[in-house]
Amino acid sequence: MESAFEPTEPNTGEEFEPVDVFPDSDDFDLRPGSDSCYKCSTCDTNCPVAEVDDEFPGPKFQGPEQWRLKQSEDDYDIDDSVMDCSNCMRCDNACPAGVPLSQMHNTARGEYVSEQMDHLSIEYWRNRILSNYRTSAWLASKTPRLANFAMNLGPARWLMEKTMGVTKEREFPEFATETFREWWDKRGAAAGSKERAQAARRERGLPEDADKKVAYFHGCYSNYNTTEVGKAMVRVYEHFGYEVVVPEQGCSGTPMFANGMLEDARRHAEVNVSSMSDLVDQGYDAIASCTSCSMALRQEYPELFDIDGIDDLAANTFESIEYLRIHEDIREEIQAAEVSGELADEFAYHAPCHSRNQGLDRQAVELFRELDGAGIEDVGESCSGISGTYGWKAEKYEKSMKIGDEMFDHMEHAEGETGMTECPTCAMQMEHGTGYDIRHPLELVEAALVDGHAV
Amino acid sequence: MAIESEVLVIGGGLAGLTSALSAAREGADVRLVSYKQSTLRNASGLVDILGYTPDGEGPLTDPYEAIPDLPDEHPYSTVGLRTVKEAMGLFDEVVPNYQGEHTETNALLPTHGGTVKPTARYPASAAPGLASDDRDVLLVGLESMVDFDAQHVAAHLENAGVPFDVRGETIRFPGDLRADAKVTRYAKLLDTNSEVPVRGRNKMARDALAERVNPLLEDEERVGLPAILGDDHARSVRAALSQKLGAEVFEVPMGPPSLPGLRLEDALFEALDEAGASIETGNPVADFDGEDRVERIYIEKNGAKIPNTADQYVLATGGLVGKGIESNRENVYEPVFDCHVDNAADRYEWFENDVFGDHPFATYGVATDPDLRPTDADGDLEFENVRAAGGVLGGYDYAAEKSGSGVSLSTGYAAGQSAAQEAL
Repeated sequence: MESAFEPTEPNTGEEFEPVDVFPDSDDFDLRPGSDSCYKCSTCDTNCPVAEVDDEFPGPKFQGPEQWRLKQSEDDYDIDDSVMDCSNCMRCDNACPAGVPLSQMHNTARGEYVSEQMDHLSIEYWRNRILSNYRTSAWLASKTPRLANFAMNLGPARWLMEKTMGVTKEREFPEFATETFREWWDKRGAAAGSKERAQAARRERGLPEDADKKVAYFHGCYSNYNTTEVGKAMVRVYEHFGYEVVVPEQGCSGTPMFANGMLEDARRHAEVNVSSMSDLVDQGYDAIASCTSCSMALRQEYPELFDIDGIDDLAANTFESIEYLRIHEDIREEIQAAEVSGELADEFAYHAPCHSRNQGLDRQAVELFRELDGAGIEDVGESCSGISGTYGWKAEKYEKSMKIGDEMFDHMEHAEGETGMTECPTCAMQMEHGTGYDIRHPLELVEAALVDGHAV
Repeated sequence: MAIESEVLVIGGGLAGLTSALSAAREGADVRLVSYKQSTLRNASGLVDILGYTPDGEGPLTDPYEAIPDLPDEHPYSTVGLRTVKEAMGLFDEVVPNYQGEHTETNALLPTHGGTVKPTARYPASAAPGLASDDRDVLLVGLESMVDFDAQHVAAHLENAGVPFDVRGETIRFPGDLRADAKVTRYAKLLDTNSEVPVRGRNKMARDALAERVNPLLEDEERVGLPAILGDDHARSVRAALSQKLGAEVFEVPMGPPSLPGLRLEDALFEALDEAGASIETGNPVADFDGEDRVERIYIEKNGAKIPNTADQYVLATGGLVGKGIESNRENVYEPVFDCHVDNAADRYEWFENDVFGDHPFATYGVATDPDLRPTDADGDLEFENVRAAGGVLGGYDYAAEKSGSGVSLSTGYAAGQSAAQEAL
């Protein structure tokens, strides 16, 4: 009998033309991504958790391998180790084959939390409360002084660890007595910003009606805690002649993705996409000062949700300094500037994991190495270990500190005794491990370029 | 507006890094962009110049002696012998903890498959393992690392006729590691010398490992382990183990993901940082503007196209594996600038039926003028300000010749230097 296939001599003939069995798909079918994995394990060598945790199987298993297992068995349960993934997303930046690892992790974790986790368990509610930080912060901002006092009270923290599993080792972040949005409104909001932008354009010799307008996604932390970052963003952008608007917004969803709370994340994403994409339609670009917020809007939204306008928003979202590097000659202005005062300092800079996929991990170092009056040193490529809510969980606290050890060590060896990073929770970890003050790059840009920036 | 530089290098492998480094050292303002993190962590860490001729003669004793006889289309013929030597000089200058520069002849190193490989430069961690050394060797494998079967490797080396006695033993790595523990996990434990549980007691990782090897050691003076001996503190890990064992400990380079590759990556990026270059990884180059000259390229981030401009460009995107050369059912092509890649019209002529045959596809890549600028089917320049380096070049079969690193280094060095001179 003649065989259908003769391996030593290709005999495909004219009638036989192989076709794509699994054509590329535009929806959330993860098969093409899974098929692209050739098991080089590069992702595993980038995983900060697998480096210290002997229980954790690593991103290659969590992503493409688990996805396949899910296809082969109807009653396959997602492995509970998916909750030990910190969603640092370093594996994405590592994969030479472009496998969407974090998308696989996010969907698997979402499925695990919605279908396998006990919704009456303390862990579920603890994670839900942690990931809905915006709600707690909103509440605390009503009485910030009382919140700052009560949240760090010894007995209260002991109780929180015992009953909720929130580590008592960490200091709760301080709440600002005036939120960024309150400051923004007082300052004249969008109308005030337009006036100041026009004045700056006149000074720069630009037409007064130049098309320079951005919508600021400040995120929760710049609004409730480090309001100086939000203020710096506004002043720096106005300095370059941009009109800033601050649209209605919820949480970016970052802590919710990391906890598998995809329904909560979707609720917030709907608010954000709706208000931000309307502005994108009107010609605004979306700017975030937190690299996890910009990551969420750019990558996780289109990977996880199908909301009208979501792709346009992703394509028009930028990190705050990145945008100025593209559209302004910020490099030249920084080279010509000299910083004095409080920020004339040496900085130990840590690049947040979420800045990496966006190609921004060297941005601050490369910009500020050319600035007179301040110094900056990269403290290495390790993860800070906190990964948002991860390091707040009592059972993960030690692991989080073990991951952070390398960064703490490098910070202590760096010349500066002030830290710098774009990510609010990396900043918490840096401060926790070294006791240093931590600043945001925008604050240094402000100090270097904006006259009388305390106004 | 756009992100500006004088020389823009596309690709973060050995060729891209070398191009960027040589351009920066010429004084140019250099920017390197790479689709993803560097793929050097997939490399063994051995740096070859030429192990075999295109006709399969070898292993070659002196790679430099064979270079003048290579065919015209070979990248070594394009850049010339002197450039190859200068490029190796740059490598020796900027990469610490490497050996082999004391001689022009190839060293012979044992591989994790038990073969002996001709190579020009090797990590200091692998140096005591040289096959030309006549001291006896104990190879120690780890149960969980099936890529390195010590007994099997020892038998292979013996059959290859190495001038020493070699034995293989296998141990369990101390502690409760997963069966699929990552190479970085072993390295981290040894780097930090953390405590690991051994039969109910905690011991320091380096002590615990030495205690497992010690009883197996007879009178061998050298002990080879798979390349997992530390990352940031590899030297002190090896020194401590050597001292505890009373024998010289070395690493056998492994397949991907590889710690020696990772360490080489770190060293080259550090040198590039010191040279003042700008570096960005994470997103692909998706598009460009320009006809006779490339005016700007666009990096794509989730639908956003980020413009980058430069005076001169270096294409160092890799070969078929690195995606610098791609194929579909009709054609083999270069995806960034669509430079011409000569290939047979019938795809069944791209390969031989014999797996280890002389596959035409292995030499597919862009052809260039003497200045490494890609040329079209008629031999005319594709663009006046683009140069190509490394795996994207055609005319050589790096896997068969063992010439991959040397071609990347020398064409990267030449392309970067020429681009910088043109830009300045």
